[in-house]
Amino acid sequence: MKKYLNLFLTMLKIGLFTFGGGYAMIALLENEFVSKKKWLEKDEFLDVTAIAESTPGPIAINAATYIGYKNSGVIGSMIATLGICIPSFVIIYAISLFLDAFLSLTLVAYAFKGIQICVVYLILTAGLKMLRQMKKTVFNTVIISVTLISMIVFSLFAVKFSTIFYILISGACGVAVYFLGKIRKEEKQ
Amino acid sequence: MIYLKLFLTFLQIGAFSFGGGYGMISLIREKVLIHGWLTEEEMLNMIAVAESTPGPIAVNMATFVGSSQGGFLGAILATLGVVLPSFIIILIIAALIRNFMKYAGVKAFLGGIRPCVVGLILATAITMFMSTAIGFSGIGDTLTTDFNGIIILVILILINIVAKLALKKKPTPILMILISAGLGMLMYSL
Repeated sequence: MKKYLNLFLTMLKIGLFTFGGGYAMIALLENEFVSKKKWLEKDEFLDVTAIAESTPGPIAINAATYIGYKNSGVIGSMIATLGICIPSFVIIYAISLFLDAFLSLTLVAYAFKGIQICVVYLILTAGLKMLRQMKKTVFNTVIISVTLISMIVFSLFAVKFSTIFYILISGACGVAVYFLGKIRKEEKQ
Repeated sequence: MIYLKLFLTFLQIGAFSFGGGYGMISLIREKVLIHGWLTEEEMLNMIAVAESTPGPIAVNMATFVGSSQGGFLGAILATLGVVLPSFIIILIIAALIRNFMKYAGVKAFLGGIRPCVVGLILATAITMFMSTAIGFSGIGDTLTTDFNGIIILVILILINIVAKLALKKKPTPILMILISAGLGMLMYSL
């Protein structure tokens, strides 16, 4: 029981004090569970991070679920996930009740017009940073350019083509290229 | 039935959006715009609020959209929807397939998704910019250029460059949001 409470409170604390989403939370999780509590080995935590980044959904939730399960099974994973979500939920729910009234103030509306530009800028710089970190292979370049161009063109012509298809098609391309490479290698031998 | 719609929509978002944070924004944006739950401007406001409050952006967005469309129950169902796929997938991996990341097929699939997410984020930023700054979201729109917006963007880029050169550090997103709020108040009041 004490173990569950400890897990819940730690996750609650991390959920409450991390700003900046996923990667900021990973750093805090490592600090709490590897350095302080020693519930996980450093290597194991690296695996957790890799899995959290590679599976769909919010990275912090993925990592919390995994750590919770490692620590105390299915109940642990539920407690951890709940703990990390509750602070966001409460804060955003409260804000959602007042945001419209707040935005109806002229000066606030002006501030948010500036902020909207800033958000576009933040998303763009995050995308450019990821672009720079990508390995410059032919495959990556083709997938990035085809996704980028077709998504912009489709949105300009109001063609409905869900983001989900881009993800699934690119994943399938990855698998196809891998198996083609493997077949070719086997033929050479 | 708005509750079911909220739950299922955010379930899809939770199951199919890769890359966390900004990687999830393209799918969230697509879904909330299609359903008419938020306008482009409201969407951007919400991302700013999510950036300035603790917690994962996708959870914040789910709670907000759920609450605005279906009250408290809506907020619970949307949040549950976005978290559930993560929870189930991670549970399966942690319990059954520990060496999930070592399978060649999984690696190849993820290797295909990674560049796709980069393309999605860049395309989302560009279409957002076109619709907010020049009022252009589709062929046939008359352009209404928001010069104040473009000036703010240029100032933000300059601030970032100066900070990088002078302090060797990039300003945090929250600081950038605060600066742009001040600039917005100043520029649009004039």
